[in-house]
Amino acid sequence: MSSALANQPDVRGRFGPYGGRYVPETLMAALAQLDDEYAKARADSSFQSAFEHHLKTYVGRPSMLYFAERLTEKAGGARIYLKREDMNHTGAHKINNCIGQALLAKRMGKPRIIAETGAGQHGVASATAAALFGMSCQVYMGEEDVRRQTLNVFKMKALGATVMPVTSGSRTLRDATNEALRDWMASVAHTHYIIGSVVGPHPFPKIVRDFQSVIGREAREQCLEQLGRLPDTVVASVGGGSNAAGMFYAFLDDAQVELVGVEAAGRGEGLGQHAATLSHGKPGVLHGTFSYVLQDSDGQTAAVHSISAGLDYPGVGPEHSYWKDTGRVRYTQVGDDEALRMFSTCSRLEGVLPALETAHAVVEGMRLASQRGRQDVVLICFSGRGDKDCYEVARLQGEEIEPLQP
Amino acid sequence: MNPIDALFQRLRTQGRKAFMPFLTAGDPDLAATSRFAAALAECGADLLEIGFPYSDPIADGPVIQASYTRALERGARVEDIFETFSRFPVHNIPLVAMASYSLIHRLGAEAFLDRAAQSGFSGAIVPDLPFEESETLSRLAAARDFKLIHLVAPTTPRERARAIAQRSTGFLYCVSVAGITGERDRLPTELLDQLAWLRGQTDVPLCVGFGVSKPEHVRTLRDVADGVIVGSAFVRLMANGDPQSLDAVKSLARSLVEAL
Repeated sequence: MSSALANQPDVRGRFGPYGGRYVPETLMAALAQLDDEYAKARADSSFQSAFEHHLKTYVGRPSMLYFAERLTEKAGGARIYLKREDMNHTGAHKINNCIGQALLAKRMGKPRIIAETGAGQHGVASATAAALFGMSCQVYMGEEDVRRQTLNVFKMKALGATVMPVTSGSRTLRDATNEALRDWMASVAHTHYIIGSVVGPHPFPKIVRDFQSVIGREAREQCLEQLGRLPDTVVASVGGGSNAAGMFYAFLDDAQVELVGVEAAGRGEGLGQHAATLSHGKPGVLHGTFSYVLQDSDGQTAAVHSISAGLDYPGVGPEHSYWKDTGRVRYTQVGDDEALRMFSTCSRLEGVLPALETAHAVVEGMRLASQRGRQDVVLICFSGRGDKDCYEVARLQGEEIEPLQP
Repeated sequence: MNPIDALFQRLRTQGRKAFMPFLTAGDPDLAATSRFAAALAECGADLLEIGFPYSDPIADGPVIQASYTRALERGARVEDIFETFSRFPVHNIPLVAMASYSLIHRLGAEAFLDRAAQSGFSGAIVPDLPFEESETLSRLAAARDFKLIHLVAPTTPRERARAIAQRSTGFLYCVSVAGITGERDRLPTELLDQLAWLRGQTDVPLCVGFGVSKPEHVRTLRDVADGVIVGSAFVRLMANGDPQSLDAVKSLARSLVEAL
C-alpha cells in the first residue's frame, strides 16, 4: 500500500501526531533493538514465510468468511458476513500476533516471554506460542480479571505458563500492562514482551498491526473472490484495537469502504462507567504512547468499565487516534446490555457463541445492516469465540454453572 | 543562578557530595509531606526530589507505586502539591519535581513549568520522557532557566549516554540498575565503570538513584558521584505519617549524611 494513510508510522513511530516512545530510559535500548530486528525480519522473506507457514499449519488460516444468513434476516437489510477469527487455534485473533512476536523473540535469541492479559485471550495465545517454540512464559493478569476468567487462567497454567495476579491499582488490564513493563525493564536482556494490542511504545503498535493485518488482507481477497466486490461497511470492536487495526488496514485505501470501530459504552456516560476512549477521551500519554486516553483533569488515568474484559482499557492504539482525527474510521459505542443480549441472539440464530468483545461489533454491524439494502454487504470482524465468557454471562443472567477451579 | 547550579558549585568548592532524598507528595497527606520535607532539610538534605503521584508509574517499584496509589486515594491533586510547596518554609534548598509526562501534558508544558517555578521548584525529572520526545519541554524549560534533568540507565549505549549527558541540565540522573526503583542489597560494579566513563564525557554533576538505601551504598558512591538519591527507603518509612515515622526518617537521613 502506498497512500499517506497506510504509510504510517514514520521512523519515530508517529501516526500523525500520535505514537512515539514515552518510556523510562532503561527500555530505550531494547526498543531500538526491537525496531532494528523487526525491520530486518519484515524484509526477510524466510521470516515471513515461517510466519505464514505457522499461520496456515498451526493457527488454521485462512479463517473463513461466513455468510450469517439468519443474522442478516433478523437485521432485515444488508447481507452480513463474518470474518471468523473465532475459528483460529485458541479461539481468537490474538494468536496471529503471538506467533509473529514469538518468532521475533526467537530471532533475537530471547528465551523468555512475558505478556499482559485482560480477558485472558492474549495470555492464552502467548502461552500457546511459548509452548510451541519451547520458551518460558509469564503472564500478568489483573486480580479482578483472574476472577472473571477462570477458564483462561487454567488454560495458561496447563500450557506451562506462570500466571501472576496483579493486585496493584485497578487490578485489571491497565495494571497488568504496568507490571509487564516493569518486569521487562529488569529482564530485557533475555526477555521479549509480547504486547497484546496495537498499543505501547514504538515499534509495538506497528508490529502488532502488521501481524494482525492478515485478517483484513484475507477478508478483502475473500470478498472479491466470493462476492465479486468489496464490502460497503467493515465493523470491528476496539479495546486497545488490534483486531480492528488488523481488519481495517487492508481497506484504508478503498475510499468507498466505510470503516467503523465499536467501543464499549459500558453502563453509562460518566467517567468510570465505560471504556469508550476515542469517543470520550483526550490525547494524552499511557503505557508509553501518545494517543487518546481516558483520564481526569490532572492526567491521572481514569477507571473504566465494560462487561467485556478485553475492551476494559482506558487507552487505545495510536493509529486509531490518527484514523479518528483523519476521519478515515468512524468510532461508535455499544453498551453492556446490548452486547449481553447479542451473546444470546447470535448464539441462537447462528449457532456461534461470540466473545463479549465480538458481540459489541455484531450489535453495531446489525444496526448498520438494517439501515442498508439487500444489495449491500456489511463485514464484521468476528474476533473471538464466547466460550471464555460463559461463566460471566451465566452469572449476569443469574444462572449457575459449576465453577471450574483453576 | 538556578539554585541547583548554585548547590553543585558550592558543594564542589567544599568537596562535598549532595544528599538528595525523594518523597511522595501527599503520602499520607500534604501536611505530612511538609513536615517530612522540613525534617529532611533540617537533617542535612541538599536537595529534595518531590514525587508527583501518578496512576501508572511504570518506572517505579512496589514501594513508591503504593505510595502514589495511597496519595491519589487521599485525593492528592497537582495544584494542591504546588500550593503546598509555595507555602513550604524551607526554601533554602532546591526542589526538583519528579513528574510523569502525562501530568505535564495534561496541564500544558508551559503552565506546568510556570506553576512549578512559582512554587519553588528549580527543576524537573520526567522519568517517561526520553530525550527524543523532550525537545519542546527542553526548550521551554531552558527559556525559564528551569532544569530538565535527564536519566541514563545501565542499558544505555555509550554514544546515547553521551548525547543524553549533553542535554541534561542541573545534573544527570544515573539509574544504578536495570529495572524499577526500590531498595537493593548492593550496587552493581558496572555502575562504577559507567560513572567513571561519564565523568570523562561531561561536566554536569552525576547523581545516582534507584536502589540506593543504605550507608554502605552511599560510601561506595561518594568517590565517584556528585550526589545520591534515596527514595524507596524513605517512602517506606513515611507511610504512616506519625511521630515515630518522623523519627525514623530523621535517623535514616542522619546515617546517610554521615556516610557521605
